[in-house]
Amino acid sequence: MQAKKRYLTLFSAGACLILLFCLGRLQFSLSRRGPGRPDDRRLPGYHPGARWRRVSGYLQPFSSWEQDQSDDLTEYISPRQKRDANSGLYMGKRCRMESCFDFSLCERNGLKVYVYPQQKGEKLSESYQNILSSIEGSRFYTSDPGQACLFVLSLDTLDRDQLSPQYVHNLKAKIQSLPLWNGGKNHIIFNLYSGTWPDYTEDLGFDIGLAMLAKASISTENFRPNFDVSIPLFSKEHPRTGGERGYLKHNTIRPYRKYMLVFKGKRYLTGIGSDTRNALYHIHNSEDVVLLTTCKHGKDWQKHKDARCDKDNAEYDKYDYREMLYNSTFCLVPRGRRLGSFRFLEALQAACVPVMLSNGWELPFSEIIDWNRAAVIGDERLLLQVPSTVRSIHQDKILSLRQQTQFLWEAYFNSVEKIVLTTLEIIEDRVLLHTSRSNLMWNSLPGGLFTLPQYSTFLGDFPFYYAKLGIKPSPKFTAIIHVVTPLVSQSQPVMKLLIAVAKSQYCAQVIVLWNCEKPLPAKHRWPATSVPVTVIEGESKVISSRFLPYNTIPTDAVLSLDEDTVLSTTEVDFAFTVWQSFPDRIVGYPARSHFWDSNKERWGYTSKWTNDYSMVLTGAAIYHKYLLTQFPLLLLPLTLSHFPLRYYHYLYTTYLPASLKTMVDQMSNCEDILMNFLVSSVTKLPPIKVTQKKQYKETMMGQSSRASRWADPDHFAQRQTCMNKFANWFGTMPLIHSQMRLDPVLFKDQVSILRKKYRDIERL
Amino acid sequence: MYTSGKYSSRGPALIPRMKTKHRIYYIILFSVVLLGLIATGMFQFWPHSIESTADWTLDRHSVHDAPLIRLPVSSPIPERGDLSCRMHTCFDVYRCGYNPKNRIKVYIYPLQRFVDELGVPISSTGLSREYNDLLSAISDSDFYTDDVTRACLFIPSIDVLNQNSLRIRETAQALAMLPRWDKGMNHLLFNMLPGGPPDYNTALDVPRDRALLAGGGFSTWTYRQGYDVSIPVYSPLSADVDLAERQPGPRRYFILSSQTAIHREYRAELERLKEENGEAVLLLDKCSNLSQGAASARKRCYKGQVYDYPQILQESSFCVVLRGARLGQAALSDVLQAGCVPVILADSYILPFSEVLDWKRASVVIPEEKLSEMYTILKSIPHRQVEEMQRQARWFWEAYFSSMKAIGLTTLQIINDRIYPYAARTYEQWNHPPVVKCSSVNSPLFLPLIPPRTPGFTAVVLTYDRVESLFRVITEISKVPSLAKLLVVWNNQNKSPPEESLWPKISVPLKVVRTKENKLSNRFFPYDEIETEAVLAIDDDIIMLTSDELQFGYEYFNYLYTYKMPGDIKNWVDAHMNCEDIAMNFLVANITGKAPIKVTPRKKFKCPECTAIDGLSLDQTHMVERSECINKFASVFGTMPLKVVEHRADPVLYKDDFPEKLKSFPNIGSL
Repeated sequence: MQAKKRYLTLFSAGACLILLFCLGRLQFSLSRRGPGRPDDRRLPGYHPGARWRRVSGYLQPFSSWEQDQSDDLTEYISPRQKRDANSGLYMGKRCRMESCFDFSLCERNGLKVYVYPQQKGEKLSESYQNILSSIEGSRFYTSDPGQACLFVLSLDTLDRDQLSPQYVHNLKAKIQSLPLWNGGKNHIIFNLYSGTWPDYTEDLGFDIGLAMLAKASISTENFRPNFDVSIPLFSKEHPRTGGERGYLKHNTIRPYRKYMLVFKGKRYLTGIGSDTRNALYHIHNSEDVVLLTTCKHGKDWQKHKDARCDKDNAEYDKYDYREMLYNSTFCLVPRGRRLGSFRFLEALQAACVPVMLSNGWELPFSEIIDWNRAAVIGDERLLLQVPSTVRSIHQDKILSLRQQTQFLWEAYFNSVEKIVLTTLEIIEDRVLLHTSRSNLMWNSLPGGLFTLPQYSTFLGDFPFYYAKLGIKPSPKFTAIIHVVTPLVSQSQPVMKLLIAVAKSQYCAQVIVLWNCEKPLPAKHRWPATSVPVTVIEGESKVISSRFLPYNTIPTDAVLSLDEDTVLSTTEVDFAFTVWQSFPDRIVGYPARSHFWDSNKERWGYTSKWTNDYSMVLTGAAIYHKYLLTQFPLLLLPLTLSHFPLRYYHYLYTTYLPASLKTMVDQMSNCEDILMNFLVSSVTKLPPIKVTQKKQYKETMMGQSSRASRWADPDHFAQRQTCMNKFANWFGTMPLIHSQMRLDPVLFKDQVSILRKKYRDIERL
Repeated sequence: MYTSGKYSSRGPALIPRMKTKHRIYYIILFSVVLLGLIATGMFQFWPHSIESTADWTLDRHSVHDAPLIRLPVSSPIPERGDLSCRMHTCFDVYRCGYNPKNRIKVYIYPLQRFVDELGVPISSTGLSREYNDLLSAISDSDFYTDDVTRACLFIPSIDVLNQNSLRIRETAQALAMLPRWDKGMNHLLFNMLPGGPPDYNTALDVPRDRALLAGGGFSTWTYRQGYDVSIPVYSPLSADVDLAERQPGPRRYFILSSQTAIHREYRAELERLKEENGEAVLLLDKCSNLSQGAASARKRCYKGQVYDYPQILQESSFCVVLRGARLGQAALSDVLQAGCVPVILADSYILPFSEVLDWKRASVVIPEEKLSEMYTILKSIPHRQVEEMQRQARWFWEAYFSSMKAIGLTTLQIINDRIYPYAARTYEQWNHPPVVKCSSVNSPLFLPLIPPRTPGFTAVVLTYDRVESLFRVITEISKVPSLAKLLVVWNNQNKSPPEESLWPKISVPLKVVRTKENKLSNRFFPYDEIETEAVLAIDDDIIMLTSDELQFGYEYFNYLYTYKMPGDIKNWVDAHMNCEDIAMNFLVANITGKAPIKVTPRKKFKCPECTAIDGLSLDQTHMVERSECINKFASVFGTMPLKVVEHRADPVLYKDDFPEKLKSFPNIGSL
């Protein structure tokens, strides 16, 4: 009995031991060998636990100077030959500006765009017509193919889906027959849809040759960086010009809205791109993450319908898309059949931060827009992480993402014109490489379309970046006086004005623009002042010559004056101190207002005393000299002999089209209205009125009977017409009303006059 | 009793009944089993520590300690790099996972020496000094993990920095031998000198499957945008020479060319430039009389005159960096170090770290064809911009070029930003030097929105116990048409607010919030009740307010006050019961970079009757203390953010000779 028990115990113990050992080994080998991986331990020299450690002792450098030298010297091909070889080598899918674009065409005139004349019998879709007319209305347009550096087809290439009614047949033959086609060199082709069911390839169905593509929903694989341009997908209803503003009217401080993340759209049951949308229900929780899909699309959806369809369709109908869009913090933008979808622009406008779920989509204008500032770029593979990702984003970040969506929408996307202009500006940046805009200009207010690098490539020369870069505008201003009447007496208003302005402690220089028929008066006839007075003779006697190229102006601020303006030194000083606080706005004295005349269905202009204003007259106003360059009519047409030649080129390359410029020149009127339009459309803010001053001219005050354009009864009617013409061109009314006027701190206060700094202002 | 008896007759009784000999025998047996168990457990759970402890004992680790590995001739070769690779196709994102720190984990393979079957090493230099520095810097950073199973990115210890020293085929075989290679998935290779004679490819020629390439000298045709990382070519002078930073400003020369191996066509063009522009251009070359060696790398000559390199770079505004056989040039690093603005002439070159760095603010890129126009192009750049570029160039070198560590960690940060884009570093973080970061103002409310009038504003009244005065204020404010809500902050803990029926009857909702402590900072707490963007903050002793006069703060700033205000200041304010308004002004000025706006001529806020009862503002020490506040706050913010302005806002027709009836705000100034 004893022995038996003993053996039994011994045996069981032994069995236990063996079992344990086997089990241990089995487990061990399982944990070591991952599925499908080579067994690490079997590799020579590798053992688990070995780790990288710093090597001590002498090591050779990776490259020696001598070796570098010899590499560079042994190269025998001439660099020129090498460049030429590139252009033969890299064609088609490997096209780049260096190999497929002829820069020499742009050498003389910069980027000028020629649009082929429309052929008879060719019908263009509305969107394509909008694109062409946007180009024709822009500063890039030329009607002479000999001047042009970029060519745009008048054949509709927007919709290349063979099943679509808009599809243009025989495009290949039509394009090949174009006399200027030249293998597609320096051409740009716009496209919104390509490929068709079932694979939706990105092939356009014709050989684009060396042409650039401005295409929506382009994938990173097909996108030729620095050659193609990715544009957003926009609908037929997208306005040609003007464009709606973003929906964000005010910031809410806890930035969370009713929903966290929403989506409402079709679900493709089969075929390309269906996976992502099919999986959305996994993260839908019908509380704050609401992702709705419907199976209903096409004729035969019933055939493919799956088990979830009925439930999904029922849920889908319960929610209103608009309501969700405006009340959600984030909006999901998953890929559809094609990579891009309409949801993207909708979310952007609605200030709903887009959450991209479209792997491999080259985002619109990715070359210049930093999308991480305005969107959350997700990964389709990590769909299940999306809710926790968006929840982890800090509220400060949400606030800035949301504001950035609004900025981008208004700067680059809200009209067909903006989209087209952005495309052309991107190409211009590539052509004029050394004057291209920096990332900061593209991605912060007021955006790349308003910061012309021809004016300056230096950020500090623009009024928008002072705070961002921590710099201050120059502490002085330059006064420019526009003279049209000859000098007859020393008591003339212009003399008084010159003396008053020159006395200002902030005045750096006075420039007199002599636009009078009479020859220049002798030097001694100008009053003696402490600041230098420069007299410049303008050859052409038009109104816009008040303004001259910026490089003769050493300061950031410009005080522009008409010759018959009446101003005191104190008023000038005060206005300038105000401008220093608002360097991006116009600061002026007399203000005007606009209103909508519902009887006549047009905009009205009023100079009546009202409780608000939206314009200040530039006959006496301070603004940043940057504005001069935005404004061709204000720059032109001085003789070139006064200025270095390089400005010739640049004078013509500014924002507004020639039509408006000539209109203002012919009428000799409205230049100040146009200026206010422009500034308000750039800053989205009203101008600033300082002091009580209502009139600034002798003629306005009725003290003089001298003929002036202000006395002309037509003058006022013209200004009404101007307003409407401008509003038409801008596509919207950019002017904004303000009810605020800035006065000195102690203005009209019951304190001793001696304590007040700006005493003269009280005396008015 | 019965149960315990049964217990004693069984279990424990087993051992005492046995003989001592057997007992020892059993004890031994069980301890063997136990030991076996422990050993198995140890083996299973801590295999690494057991073996790596053996390595730790070696203090100094030299190349020769690394295991030698012989590559069989037939060993597989990876495929050539796939040009269509992108993060979403060739990168396994699941390995990186979701983590709260949003950081990728990087594993570095242990060092091995690879030789072919004949025993010839695959690389003539083996591990280079620079690659050793790079890997060591990464292993010291918080990207590093030594757990291969947790890693998201793998870095081989096979040095491919310089293709010249590599045997292409064998190196590729060695890469494929790596235990986790798996078609190069999630592997990162660092290469600075790609290509070799005669065609000098712009990317590493070693077949590398799907591995990411951090390469110096990519051209637009080989660079896989969003996948590869373009890195600089490291210049050894960065470590050898200590160039002090020079203040931006004009320099002795305008253009300087210091490269020695310039193609003769380009040298001829540069010489033409020199002839046209004389002294402004300095064109240096190798010194012919000096012997080869390290010394000659540090000297440059022009017509027999010897200059020290790279010191001479600091004497010029612009420095030419021309392509050689390769696009990437180590000279770029030297030029940036000297704070000289690089003029880059290398067509189709992808600039280092171009994914995140804004090179337009630090360099001038000119097409090679326009070399002859270089002088005119550079002259057209404004002086202030040149100065900014000089500063920016130096900053780029300090932050991203100065050492292999900087280069390596920047590369990893870029990859990290791609994997966690919502936590990516911003443009400002990458591009603004510390000086700008300090002085710049990034207002969180940067979009110019004109708030619509409809939501109106919320009035927040801070009160202690002056009920009568409070009621008068409430009645007065309630007349304002755009008032949306009234919030009374009851700051007295000892006394409860008056009953509901006693409050004045007003047309807008009124809420009373009782605070836990009597603190002035309570005024700026972002109460959930505040729904409007505009907030009117007033004291209870201000009764001389006519209904047109409004002083707006922003709800946002309330939020900032509570959460962003430096802690010292909040405590100080609460302790001294003063200056909360000054603190608020400081904060707003600091955030927006703007002065507040004073509206209307009002200066006095107090009622004449409530003299010195318990009004805070009338305290004797009040004014003295407030001056003290300003000094205290300025020291906490580090600067004086407050700005002085000389204007105030009035209604457009204020004090005009005009019928009062037609004015929007006729009551202003009537008191």
